[in-house]
Amino acid sequence: MSKKKKMAWNVSLIVALLGLLFVLEQVMPSGSMLFTVLKKGAIYALVAVSMNLLNGFTGLFSLGQAGFMLLGAYTYAILTIPPESRASVYQYYDGGIVNFAIPVPLALIAGGLIAAGFAFLIGLPVLRLKSDYLAIATLGFAEIIRAVFQWDKLGPLTNGSNLLRSFPTFQSVLYPFIVSGICIALIVMLINSTYGRAFKAIRDDEIAAEAMGINLAHHKRLAFVISSFFAGVSGGLLAMYQTTIQASMFKSAMTYEILLIVVIGGIGSVTGSCISAFLFIACSEWWLRFLDNENFYIGSFHVPLLRAGFRKVVFAVVIMAMVLFYRQGIMGTKEFSVEALQGFFRKLFRRKSVKEE
Amino acid sequence: MSNERNDSGAVLKLENLTMQFGGVVAVDNVSLEVGKGEILSLIGPNGAGKTTAFNMVTGVYAPTNGAIYYKGEKIVQNTPQGKMKKLYQGENADLYVGKRVIAPTPDKITKLGIARTFQNIRLFKSQTVFENILIAKHMLRTSNLFTATFHLNAKEEAQMRQESEELLRIMELEDVRDELATSLPYGKQRHLEIARALATKPELLLLDEPAAGMNPQETMELTQFIGRIRGEFGLTIFMIEHHMDLVMEISDRIHVLDFGKSIAEGKPDEVRNDPRVIEAYLGGAQDE
Repeated sequence: MSKKKKMAWNVSLIVALLGLLFVLEQVMPSGSMLFTVLKKGAIYALVAVSMNLLNGFTGLFSLGQAGFMLLGAYTYAILTIPPESRASVYQYYDGGIVNFAIPVPLALIAGGLIAAGFAFLIGLPVLRLKSDYLAIATLGFAEIIRAVFQWDKLGPLTNGSNLLRSFPTFQSVLYPFIVSGICIALIVMLINSTYGRAFKAIRDDEIAAEAMGINLAHHKRLAFVISSFFAGVSGGLLAMYQTTIQASMFKSAMTYEILLIVVIGGIGSVTGSCISAFLFIACSEWWLRFLDNENFYIGSFHVPLLRAGFRKVVFAVVIMAMVLFYRQGIMGTKEFSVEALQGFFRKLFRRKSVKEE
Repeated sequence: MSNERNDSGAVLKLENLTMQFGGVVAVDNVSLEVGKGEILSLIGPNGAGKTTAFNMVTGVYAPTNGAIYYKGEKIVQNTPQGKMKKLYQGENADLYVGKRVIAPTPDKITKLGIARTFQNIRLFKSQTVFENILIAKHMLRTSNLFTATFHLNAKEEAQMRQESEELLRIMELEDVRDELATSLPYGKQRHLEIARALATKPELLLLDEPAAGMNPQETMELTQFIGRIRGEFGLTIFMIEHHMDLVMEISDRIHVLDFGKSIAEGKPDEVRNDPRVIEAYLGGAQDE
């Protein structure tokens, strides 16, 4: 397929998807679980792709994603709460020290920049570490950030351990889709550029990459900072989705969820991360909810074992099975594309026609 | 400073180079020169310090003492420091005291025009043959992160690709262009590694045992191949090798190391008949 044709296909697919979402929103009741899943899924897709850029494409095993989302979410919230509601939000801190609000898009970008700035500083010492050590160091950072943001002395800025609320949110499911879409497109463009090739070289063999004139420190820092920027943006989106935020939300469990999405989708596949983000959110928020319901009957049969929290047990088993038998994830390192889909169907039909003969 | 430059006309010059790991002196006061267009082979028994010498030139290790010049320019310099001041067992300990420490990372060395291959092949495993070569072009970019992401460097990108294609053709790898690098037969992987090194447009090529693990047929092909690329790319070649037929046939000069020390240097015929070299290889059998 020619480049132009491919482009046309992709654009028309995206337009069709957005159209479908728009129609769905008009037709279906707005309280439907579907919208919850779509909104949260889009946000998680972005943060999963940002983590994949680091873990899957650059080979840096970092577990700081929740920390960077926290930075993005707080920056967004602090900068957008309207001055007139600040007195009630910061009731224990005399209305806080920030007394202005900036437009939503700017605040989202600011959230990304703050996360990127912190990533730069942390990266200076931490990126010298390899594999497990890097993971531990970044995980530690995320935990420290969470504790610091709950610190009473920072209350005038962060509202201590109290909720931040009253900031602008979104209603339409299109909003997170468009923002995440733009961000993911940027990441894909980066991956397809000469820098993306350098990242993959570092993942495959650091020593050879360095011998090919790739400055390891510089490129690792780039990947880390860029990944954190988009984690920050997705944190801002998450704040909008949740309508209220609190530092205690951004536990390391959140990083593990994102890591899980990346692993299920396939480490090194952007589309894999997107697909598995929606699947994961749909399972945990919707499809597997019944497992938490103690009084679940099939006919008159009372299904045993079910109780609050059982969903997580099933999830854990699924993950173990996944890691043991299906390590490649849904997509491996491949990407979903119109071309691949065509090839798949062509193969399918050919096999059928062979059978018929 | 007078000796910041050293215009002896050599492409590469090692000067009083010593590398000491703890109490072990791996390379001991080695000095050698590689002239323009020359093929210099570094030989010696196992553990003689050949690869360590290579790693100092390529920036993997900073030498404990000594200096390296590339085209007359000083690119590496160090003197024993800290604990090593007391531990140091090598010679010329005072020669570089008080001088600037120069210890570039391997990528900076490559950017100067010194490319290398590895003893145990290190290709980018998940990439195709073409991509392996294309990655090496990254260091020649003039685009920055922004222009590269937004594909504003289309011209440069096209040039990178075209040069890589051309290199594939010269290296006779175009028929395996889209195969995974690791799926190639061993000999081809060696060729690819050399091709990838050439993609950085070096003047000096360092080959670390290019014929390791090859059969006589493959070794012979490699010998011709190295001779051919030297002419075609105007290269100076500095290599470590164990296959004596390859070394004797292709080298202009040979430098011999034993237990970290230089024991002989000269034309292949001279080295072949040097009693010290024979002794080093046969383990001093004549003495007993």
